[in-house]
Amino acid sequence: MSTPLLTAAGLSVEIGGRCVARSLDLSVASGQRLAILGRNGAGKSTLLATLAGLRAPAGGMIELGGTPYAALSPREAALRRAWLGQTLADPFGSTVLETALTGRHPHLGRWDWESTRDADLARSALAAVGLAGMEDRQIHTLSGGERQRLSIATLLTQAAPLYLLDEPLAHLDLNHQMAVLDMFAGAARDCGAGVVMVLHDPALAHRFCDQALLIDGEGDCELGAVDTILTAEKLSALYGYRLRQFEYNGQRCFVPD
Amino acid sequence: MPIRRRAFLTLAVLVLLALASFWAALAAGSIPVAAGDVLAALLGQEAPGSDIVRQLRLPRALAGFACGGLLALAGALMQVLLRNPLADPYILGISGGAGVGALFAIMIGLPALGIDGLAFAGALGAMLLVFGLAHGDGSWTQTRLLLTGVIVAAGCGALISLMLAIAPEDRLRGMLFWLSGDLGQAASAWPPLIALVVALALAMPFARELNLLARGLLQAQALGVAVDRLRYAIFLLASLATAASVTTAGSIGFIGLVVPHLIRLVTGNDQRLLLPASAVAGGALLMLADTLARTLIAPQQLPVGVLTALIGVPVFLFLLSRQAR
Repeated sequence: MSTPLLTAAGLSVEIGGRCVARSLDLSVASGQRLAILGRNGAGKSTLLATLAGLRAPAGGMIELGGTPYAALSPREAALRRAWLGQTLADPFGSTVLETALTGRHPHLGRWDWESTRDADLARSALAAVGLAGMEDRQIHTLSGGERQRLSIATLLTQAAPLYLLDEPLAHLDLNHQMAVLDMFAGAARDCGAGVVMVLHDPALAHRFCDQALLIDGEGDCELGAVDTILTAEKLSALYGYRLRQFEYNGQRCFVPD
Repeated sequence: MPIRRRAFLTLAVLVLLALASFWAALAAGSIPVAAGDVLAALLGQEAPGSDIVRQLRLPRALAGFACGGLLALAGALMQVLLRNPLADPYILGISGGAGVGALFAIMIGLPALGIDGLAFAGALGAMLLVFGLAHGDGSWTQTRLLLTGVIVAAGCGALISLMLAIAPEDRLRGMLFWLSGDLGQAASAWPPLIALVVALALAMPFARELNLLARGLLQAQALGVAVDRLRYAIFLLASLATAASVTTAGSIGFIGLVVPHLIRLVTGNDQRLLLPASAVAGGALLMLADTLARTLIAPQQLPVGVLTALIGVPVFLFLLSRQAR
């Protein structure tokens, strides 16, 4: 088997003196999809940013394709993993196309300007998230859902083999939620991408991922296949609210009691 | 790529404007010099008024271009560094520090070289103070940097008021002129010109990374920018550019805040175009303002800072209202 896209061993993550994860081991291979679930404030975003190399772990090590972050320049890391953050803002204003083109940055040399090929890539990424024809709009005129899709398009132009997605469904309507999840599932299936995403819906996590990581906010994490991890019992304990579990056509759904 | 071609076209237009402004600076004054004589003087030939052009107006015009360029470039860099459209080159206390140094030198009666030396030392002192305090706990967030800078600037302002209050009457006019900015005090145009070329040459390779920095620190880091190193470098570069300009011509206001916005309104926020275009446009505007300051009610001279504001405000408001529609 080839080297996993992402490996964490003995990983400890802390924020504000609180432990988010304690000696966590995980790996994401090509084609694998991992969902991270937990309550608000449990540290899902902090863990994801740590996995993306954007903040230092309190202990343990993280490797991208077998190389630790310390041995990678920021640009090399950007060619190996793409990170979707929770906000998109530019105090000076910029257009949708300019924003999508920023994903090409790690692929360009210091003096290069974006080529017509880069612009074509950006346009097709915008079309893939349903933003075709909006290239010249200023981003502050977009709705929350459109901004989220623009962030995802930027991620696609970055064309890294590993996607780290912090709440990719935020602000999206039902139609676009399914389209986005289908797109990343397709990238994993057809292009061998690895996907790690923070989700709030256990049913969607069960349907679109093969591993799930539950973090309880006290440092304890539980990782395993979705079938064994995403159960009414474990999820009720995780969220502190009783859930019932139903099966329908092989899909699992959870209903609050 | 059309974007790139448009960038070069914009720059070419701005260079033409700067040349026109340069010509006006050489020709206009209490003794007008004809166009042909200006050219002759520049080529080193003897013509009526060639001494005035070569010895008085040329150094002053070049110093004006260099200082305007430095201020506009530093303003553009500070705005990206702080991710704040209201930032200007003086916001982090560089001019305050220079002002304390210069006014102290004038008050105790040092010669011109001493004033420049103490002004530069004051600017460096303010820069190191802000850097050290803002970096103290390693977090170095934009808010912390901004707050530290504003507080240091306020402290310098208090020291300046104190010195103005206790200075002897005969030194007061020189001190006030220094504070409002005066190109007449520029000893030589070469130091700021060299500083402008060096600063622009150092900033340009990082222009695309600055585009990403404007979108947020984590975002830029995720896309492959070495954010911490870039921010230190930009802070130092913008501070030194400001210090070079303030040392040469005092704290001329307005250029550093408004010129980057003017360019942004016309061309957008791509730093690859914004940085060089701001430098050229800032230089052109300051040369023009200084020419007007010398000629409007000649032989009396007006403070150039008043004219940069009088030209800049209406142009800026016009562009802003046009864009809103």
